[in-house]
Parts: sequence; C-alpha cells; structure tokens
Amino acid sequence: MRLLLERIFQGILVLLAVSVLTFGLAVLLPADPARMVAGPSASVQTVNNIRHELGLDKPILEQFVIYLGKVLRGDLGRSYKQSVNVTELLLSRLPATLELMLAGILFELLLGVPAGILAALRPGSFLDRGLMMLSFAGVSVPQFVLGLSLLYVFAFKFPIFPLGGFGTLAHIILPALTLGISGAGWYARVVRSEMLEVLGQDYVRTATAKGVLRSKVITNHALKNALLPVIGMIGSDIGVFMGGVVVVESVFGWAGVGKLVWDAIRVVDIPVILGVVQLGAVMIVIGNLLADLAYPLADPRVRYG
Amino acid sequence: MNNFDTRDSIPGKLERMTDTGLPLTRQLQTRGLAPRWKRFWRDPLVMLALLTVVVLTLMAVFAPQLAPKNPDLNFPEGLSDAGAPIAPNSSFWFGTDLLGRDLFSRIIYGARVSLLIGVLANGAAVLIGVFVGLIAGFVGGIVGTLLMRFTDLMTAFPVLLLAIALTAILKPSLWIVALVIALLNWVSLARVVYGQVLGLKSREYVTAAESLGASQTRVLLRHVLPGLLPTAVVWGTLGISTSVMLEATLSFLGVGVQPPTPSWGGIINESQSYFTLAPWLVAFPGIMILLTALSFNLLGEGLREAIDPSAKRTRF
Repeated sequence: MRLLLERIFQGILVLLAVSVLTFGLAVLLPADPARMVAGPSASVQTVNNIRHELGLDKPILEQFVIYLGKVLRGDLGRSYKQSVNVTELLLSRLPATLELMLAGILFELLLGVPAGILAALRPGSFLDRGLMMLSFAGVSVPQFVLGLSLLYVFAFKFPIFPLGGFGTLAHIILPALTLGISGAGWYARVVRSEMLEVLGQDYVRTATAKGVLRSKVITNHALKNALLPVIGMIGSDIGVFMGGVVVVESVFGWAGVGKLVWDAIRVVDIPVILGVVQLGAVMIVIGNLLADLAYPLADPRVRYG
Repeated sequence: MNNFDTRDSIPGKLERMTDTGLPLTRQLQTRGLAPRWKRFWRDPLVMLALLTVVVLTLMAVFAPQLAPKNPDLNFPEGLSDAGAPIAPNSSFWFGTDLLGRDLFSRIIYGARVSLLIGVLANGAAVLIGVFVGLIAGFVGGIVGTLLMRFTDLMTAFPVLLLAIALTAILKPSLWIVALVIALLNWVSLARVVYGQVLGLKSREYVTAAESLGASQTRVLLRHVLPGLLPTAVVWGTLGISTSVMLEATLSFLGVGVQPPTPSWGGIINESQSYFTLAPWLVAFPGIMILLTALSFNLLGEGLREAIDPSAKRTRF
C-alpha cells in the first residue's frame, strides 16, 4: 500500500512539474500571445484589451497561481485559432486516439510476444537470428517512414485498405500496425531474454525432469513468469504512444489528439500544443499506475504492503 | 565483468603472441582481448553496421566533394513538362524533388544534418547523464536524492510531445533541435550510471584509495570515472540512433531542421502529399534514416555484448 501511495504521490508531482514547465514555456514564448489571438492586422488598442482579458498584464507569480488553479479545474485555456476551450477540444478527440492506441497495443502483443517466445525456444538458431534482426529493424524504422510505406504498398499499389481517414475497421489496421511494429520489436527482445532466463531456472528443469511435456512446461511454467514484464511495458506504452500518435495520425489523417497537435504546429496554436503535453503526462501517470495495480493480480508474489 | 580495460593484460600477451605471424593489430583483436571481443570483430552483422557507420561519416564529411550536383539548385530539366518531379534516371540518380532539385545530392548533404545532430545531441546527453548519475551516486545525501528524484520525474515526461512543444515554441533550428534532444535523452543513462557508481564506490580498490588518503576528487576522477567508460561508450553509440530518429521525426513534423537545409526527415515532410506520385522522395530518405538508426543500434548492441553483458537498455 505504501509503495502504491508513493507512486500516486509521484504521479501528482509529475503533473505539477509538467504544469510548471508548460507555464514556463508559455512565458518564455518569443511571440506575444495577445498579438497571436488578435491577429496581425489588429490595432494596438485591441491587442492591449486582449492582453488585459487574458490576464497577461498581471505579475508572473499571480499569473502562475491563476494558471495552476485553472489547470486543477481541468481548464487548459483557449485555443488561439479556434475559439474553443482546449480541454473540450482534447476530450472530443481523445476517444479516437484511445481506440488507435488500444489497437496498437494489440498489434504489439500479437507480433512481439510470439516472436520473442519462438526466438527463445531455439536460441542462436536461424529463426532466432532472423527474428531478432527483424526486431532491430522494427525499432530502427521511424514511424512516419513505416506508415507511408504501408500506405503505399497496401493502400495504393494493392488497394486492400483505405488511403486514410477513419471510421471502419479497415481504417484502423494500417495506423495501428504502424504504431505497433516499433513496440513489437521491444516486446520481442524483452520476452526473448525473460524466456531464456526462466527456461534456465530450477523449477523448469524439475518440471522437465518429472516428465512434463515440453509444450506444457513452456505454456504452464515458463510463459507465466516470462510475460510478467510485459505488464509494465504496456503501462509505459500508453505514454510512448502519446508521442507516436502525433506522427501516425498525421500520416493517416486520423482525427485524434495527435492530428490536433500536427494542425496546431502549423498555425503555432500554443495552448493546444501545451494542452496535449499535459494530457500526455496524465496518460503516462495513469498508464504506470494501471501497471502497478495489475502486477499483484498477475503475480501473487507481488504485494504492496 | 569489466573487460574493457585491457591495459594490464596486453604487454604480457604481446610477448607470447609475436611468433604467430599475424599482423599485430589482428592478434590483439582475435587473441589478445577477451573472447567476447573476438565475437564482436567476427560478427558479420556488427561489421556490416560498422562499415555503414564509416561510410555515412565519410559521406557527411565529404558531402561537397561527393555530391554530383548543387543540392539547393532548382534544375529546369529537373521537372517534367507538367512540372512534376522526375523519377530516378542516369542524370538524377535518385530522381528530383518537387522543386526540381537533385535528390541524390540532397540526401548526401542530409547525412551532415543527421549525423551532426545525432553525434552532438547524444554526446551532450551522455555528458549530462554521466554527470548527474555520477554526482548523485558519489555525493549522495540530499543532493543525490534530489537529483535522482528529478531524474525519476523526467522519465515520466512525454519525451516526443515535449520535444515538439519546445521546438515549435523556440523557433526551430539545427541547434535548438540538438539542444532539445540532448535535454531529453540523458535520463535513462543517469539512472544506469547512478547504479554503477553505487556499485563502484563499494569496490575494494576505491576503499583502498580512500584509506591511502586520496582526496574525494582524486577518487572520483581516477577511480570511479574510468569505471563508467564502458557504459558511456555503449550509450554514446546506441543513443545516436535514438537522436537521429528523433531529429528525423521532428523535421518530418516541420519543427526540426528548416528548409532549405536538406534533412532526411524534412525531405519526406516536403513531399509527403505527393508520395503516391513520387514514391522515391519518401523511399530514399526513409531508407537512409533506417540504415543509420539500424547501424548505430547494431553497433551499440555489439559493443554492449562485448563490454558489459549485464547492462539492460530502457526504452526512449
């Protein structure tokens, strides 16, 4: 319990730190936010009015307290370009992104875990080396290159999947695969090394010695323990994916949070960009907490007490 | 465990080996060093990766001599009559881009940007990581706790998102990109170094040096720091691949290196909407990024296996 509380406390600290950081960035901004809201053709009077409305003429410390109070109430400010609250904007886009992330995690597991197990069963074999080489390629290919290649082959040359957009099941396959492949490389490597370690342990040898079938030894004895680190990896994936979706959603035109950032970069819509950074931090904290909560369920030896 | 420091073993072995007739360097590689190094030099994949890294470096250094054409020149014959980019041919080996510029020359110059940022940013990240981990582990106490708490905080930051926000806000340029990558990439190394320093501090030779009256600075610089060299070398290699990919991604998103400076990610960004018509504009820079990242990864992993098989790498 103590450890769990510590993690929650740490999570709150992270969120606070990210708030300080995003506030600092907004202050350090070379461009004048009031001018950005008003547009380039507005008069000095209008800009000054907007500056007063936004509270930008108050002392920095007071601005920060107001900002923090707003963030705590879930108010991330207004978008410069669309007169919408950033929180509303994020919440309207979040479901599409979560859907994509979930599908991405599914692909990671489907590709990475079997690859890692297969490689570990015959270490040093041709299959092992091939799979590990693939996993290296998977972690070394940038997602935008992979995404565009998949689009070119499976949507343009051989029109199996749509070229972009979202809605149906066919739309989600390629972006989720893009998101999943680089992660699958890591999964394969971790599962392989865990499997190798577990397969060398005494209880596995005991099981083999008392005549348990090899397939049973692997599924019942070895796999259970070798897959434990995967829980933590899924937890941290949620955070890693928050960066990945910016690339993948812009390549595939997936209308989620990532596409929102991509569009915001183009028009330098700072509140939206900073809002997504904060959302990313929240997701990382939640992901790690979920993994912490899942560990004792999967492994009775782990107890927070 | 630590076979990187071979200074004391080489002279004795040299005497025993001089009659084998092989060149001296070759003997050192295959017989004088630990068996793990033998595997390093004989692993075809690692050697291929090393070769690629050497070629890429030469490409970056001698870009003006190697590029057949001016990378920034818009060639009138580089566009079709309809104004479309031209597919690879005998004059433009990799084809041309949307402005009729020679893609092959731009790719060669792009190696400069990628490697410069990869090496610079990662070098700085390694320095920061070693410094933070070393101070936290060696000094300990409140300073150490605070430093490691800060590092823990950093691991929970959305790295790519922060990089995007930082570069988008701070007028993107080559130096800003390198700085941002350096500031975000030191975190995992600091944790590894911290753990190692704690281990090194309790080693007999450190205790011996301390009991002989060596100053803290001397112990730190002469006895603890050299022990961190293997880790720094491995991360210095592996991290380049992370930095190169991060730069490419930022440039692809338009917040990295700005045109007209040719960067691989930037070339793809410029031509993304035409990739079905001109797939070479995505394929060639994409292959280059993949090759670079893969080579540094393979080389770093090879070094890791040769130097320290127990070290684990965390995800960026």
